[in-house]
Parts: sequence; C-alpha cells; structure tokens
Amino acid sequence: MIELNQVTKKYMGKVALRDVDLQLTKGKIVGLVGPNGSGKSTTLKLIAGLIHPTKGHITVNGVEVDHRIASQVSYLSELDEYYGFYNVGQTIDFYASQFPDFNKEKAEEIRAFMKLDPNAKLKHLSKGNRGRLKIVLTLAREVPVILMDEPLSGLDPMVRDSIVKGLISYIDLENQVVLITTHEIKEIEFILDEFIAIKDGEIIGHHNVEQLRTEQNMSIVEWMTNSYQ
Amino acid sequence: MTDTFQSSSPIYSQLADRINRKILRGELQPGDKLPSVREMAIQSNVNPNTVQRTYRELEGMNIVETKRGQGTFVTENQEILTEMRERLKEEEISQFVKGMYDMGYADEEIEVGLNKFLQEKKGDSEQ
Repeated sequence: MIELNQVTKKYMGKVALRDVDLQLTKGKIVGLVGPNGSGKSTTLKLIAGLIHPTKGHITVNGVEVDHRIASQVSYLSELDEYYGFYNVGQTIDFYASQFPDFNKEKAEEIRAFMKLDPNAKLKHLSKGNRGRLKIVLTLAREVPVILMDEPLSGLDPMVRDSIVKGLISYIDLENQVVLITTHEIKEIEFILDEFIAIKDGEIIGHHNVEQLRTEQNMSIVEWMTNSYQ
Repeated sequence: MTDTFQSSSPIYSQLADRINRKILRGELQPGDKLPSVREMAIQSNVNPNTVQRTYRELEGMNIVETKRGQGTFVTENQEILTEMRERLKEEEISQFVKGMYDMGYADEEIEVGLNKFLQEKKGDSEQ
C-alpha cells in the first residue's frame, strides 16, 4: 500500500534519509522509532506529499506521491496548527468542509469518546485536550493511510491512555494502514503489528512485533537497547 | 487499567493464558460469550489483530467456538475444559519444579517442602 523505493532526502545538502526501501501493507499499525533527528518526521512528510524526495520514488496505492496524495492520506502533524478563535465543534466543521472523506458522525463519536466539549475555544484548550482533538480530526477521515507524528509526546499518562484506546477503537484495520512515530514505545508497543527502526537516515530494522517475541523473546525496547548502542 | 505483558513471549499467547485462567476461576462460564475482538482489544489495550489471533488460537484448541454473526463463546464441552485444567496444572508445576532445580533443590526436598507448606496453610485457615 505504501512503497518507498531507494528514497533519499537532503535538506540543503544535509542527508536526512539515505536510500530507504520500505513496504507497508494495509491492516497494520506500524511504529516508526528512532532518536531525534534520525529521519522519522521526514519519512512521514514524504509519504504525505508535503516534501519531495531528492532521489527515488514513493507510491501510495500504486500512485506516485505528490501534494494531491492528501486525498488518500490523513496526516497528524507534530505541531499544533489550528485556529484559536474556533471552538472544538467549529474546528470539526472546518475539517469536514476541507476533506470530502471526513466522516462527521465518526468525528462526533470520537469527540464524545475523548470527552471534549464542542463549545470549548481552541485557545483555551489544555495541551492534553489539543492532543485529543488532533486524534479526532485525524481518525475521522476515511482514507487508506493514516500518518501520526508523535501523537503522544509531551502528554500525561491519562491522555496517552485515552489516545491509545481511541486508536484501537476507531482505526478501520480492514482498510487502513497506520504509521506512527513515537518515543513512547512502552505505551504503544502492544498495539503495534510492526515497527521500523531508523538511525541516521537509514532503516536498521523492520520487524513484526509478535514474531520478535516468539523467535527472539524480545520486546521492542529490548531490541532497541541492543541495536542502538 | 490493564496489567502489562511480559516481553519474553508473544502477546497473543499471554492474552490466551489470561482467558484460560478466567475460565478456570469460573469468571467465564461454559457457554459464556467473550467480548468482541474490538472490545477485548480496548479492555486489554492491545492491537485488534492480536486479539483476533488469540481467539483463533483458542478456537484451534476447541476452548472457544465462534458462531457466525453471534460472536465467540466458551465451549460447553466439559471434557475439553477438564483437559485444559489438567494441562495448565502440569505446566505450572513443571515451571515451579524447574525453578527449584535451578536453585539446586533435590526431588525429596521439594516434596517435603511443598507438603509442609500446604499443611501449614491448612493449619492457618483452620484457626
């Protein structure tokens, strides 16, 4: 469903990704792990069509990725980029007006699940509730690819738990593939089918989580401790 | 909140273990319906694909059966449940004995120690 073929990305001559080959199939939740600056966000932005590879090809569902891939890809940014003067309900309406695949009923359901007040102004939302709202907006789109850049980072354990539960509840695993970058591996390990480990712009491992446990008796964290020395 | 899983064995089999233990304790009765895959995933904070695999594994052992369009149910076949009860007992004992061997205990010491422990426990609960 997602394919990267010998992808290299340079920023001002500095290599962010080098000759990356990657294949992801639908029906999976995949974690992208690695230290800061290793190329995780770059990978997501490339698949979302927000930036372009310096070399190589990226396809989603067989289609070469450019900015129009937004119709196939729901992307949760690491940043908070919303209109502070909107309230939660208006933000959901705004998203519904921008994306034809946005399912408003589903958004309403996830909003209720996340216990977000539809009348709360965005500029008054806590960081945790902004994190929850991002999940609402990202998962309410009915698209084959969901990309999430650090959905858990900087949030307290209660919020992280509600986000993990929201993911389990509202991802359509028959039709979607989800790619998540995170440092909070322990939190998310049990909901991952696969993980990809990246270091200095190169992929150093791509494993099925259960297989790793069966064959090597190792969790993701243990594997990383061994591999990132 | 949910308990966490050990890293040394696959999550699907640890989840299957938990369900088996619930059946042994009678928290799940023969013929009881298991939560749907999605519900179970939310309860245990695991991937729905993992729960699917757990249910498939348990189905393979005939401990549960899936009725089309209705869900997954604990078997009402007593023979299978009795057999599971025996099997889990043997597994647990073999773990315990292995642990004792690792620490250098001999068979007689284990036997005497276990009997003494059980006797004392009985004494405690009679007081």
